[in-house]
Amino acid sequence: MFPDEFDYERADSVADALDRLGTHADAGREVELLAGGHGLVPALKARERTPDVVVDLAVEELAGVEERADHLAIGALTTYADLADSEPVRGRAPVVAAAAAETGDVQIRNRGTLGGNLVEAHPASDPPAAVLAADATLVLRGPEGERDVPATDFFRGDRETAVGTREILTEIRLPTAGSTADDAATDSAYVRHTHPATGYALVGVAAVLERVDGVVTDARVAATGVVDRPLRLPSVEAALSGDRPADALDEAVAVADADVDADRLRSDAYASGEFREHLLETYVERALTESVE
Amino acid sequence: MADHDITLTVNGTTESLAVESRTLLVHALRDELGYTGPNVGCESGKCGACTVSLDGDAVKSCTVLAVQADGSEVRTAGALAESGDDLHPIQAAFHEEHGLQCGYCTPGILMTTEQLLDETPDPSREEIRHALKGNVCRCTGYGNVVDAVETAAERVGTGPDESAEDD
Repeated sequence: MFPDEFDYERADSVADALDRLGTHADAGREVELLAGGHGLVPALKARERTPDVVVDLAVEELAGVEERADHLAIGALTTYADLADSEPVRGRAPVVAAAAAETGDVQIRNRGTLGGNLVEAHPASDPPAAVLAADATLVLRGPEGERDVPATDFFRGDRETAVGTREILTEIRLPTAGSTADDAATDSAYVRHTHPATGYALVGVAAVLERVDGVVTDARVAATGVVDRPLRLPSVEAALSGDRPADALDEAVAVADADVDADRLRSDAYASGEFREHLLETYVERALTESVE
Repeated sequence: MADHDITLTVNGTTESLAVESRTLLVHALRDELGYTGPNVGCESGKCGACTVSLDGDAVKSCTVLAVQADGSEVRTAGALAESGDDLHPIQAAFHEEHGLQCGYCTPGILMTTEQLLDETPDPSREEIRHALKGNVCRCTGYGNVVDAVETAAERVGTGPDESAEDD
């Protein structure tokens, strides 16, 4: 499989990339931004996408993790492998490290990036669920400057996001503050059932439970693979809040599919929408159980 | 659609060539430069037969544009052995453990194994299977592949394997 012809341009800064996006958009040319390439290149080869121009975001400062006062700043071009290995991420946002470690395979993790993944917004990918459960804020830069988009507003549909045609996702901010009480703890897990053919999640669930003295003060639970976009499960979260996880587990699992829109269920030859809903219950239970183990 | 002049260091040799924007690294290596270590299997980034080392990381060379790799260092399975009589310990282990049948996937598996053993010198069988998730083999059923990686792990770092000369 060979991609159709396109022009390739390398942008060496975000400003340079934004200029190029603007120039090409003004001229009516279709542009794709290239990050790690593991969403775009297969799509080019399959000719699902046939842009006029590919702008390679070759910006070194967009790769890496920075520890700030109340959050971790993940550069959009940080690879899955670097995320999974990052001590600050493993320590302060372990659900994201866990999902990154499960994404794809060794070769994909060496090359694919968190920012590229989120903008691709594959409905069964692992990191989006973790980013939702981590309560991330996504930083978009455009010609008018920066804007912050909460992860909960970012995913708009199957491969649809809040990113405008003249914008670039530059940073993912993961809050790390939490409660400072002596007996406070944050527990998390990412679990999934892997689709045997695609390697994506058939159903994946990320859970982050903030607790004081064992009682849940804030629960964030998110799922991928079930419907056309990753989603938070507020009914599950509400069932957990104010209780010890073990005491609220049955109630939480019972409402696992309460926030699932049946019209948007994904299905394929391997798993029907109904089966995915069934798996969601199981994996919500596993994520919650594994979080507090 | 202008061509791009790029320079790659492949298995220690500096190579300069002109590529189209759409040329994939695997095709630049095989068709333009004659490095036939990476094979073209599924062409969709799943099978891993095209795995090479790019600046030290195992990557699928069918999912990288050649122009993206400009200035990079590439190692293919062809760089593993000093010569045909002097196999790399990983290759020797695959030979002895019957870790291949048709051999099409093998160059990719060798390159992924090299990175695994570099990072995890003494992997468990589970870790080996996890590391080789991105390398599909249709012949062996993987049992012998895992055996081969275990055997290789015992020897890597001890230099070329003498027993390979007995065949």
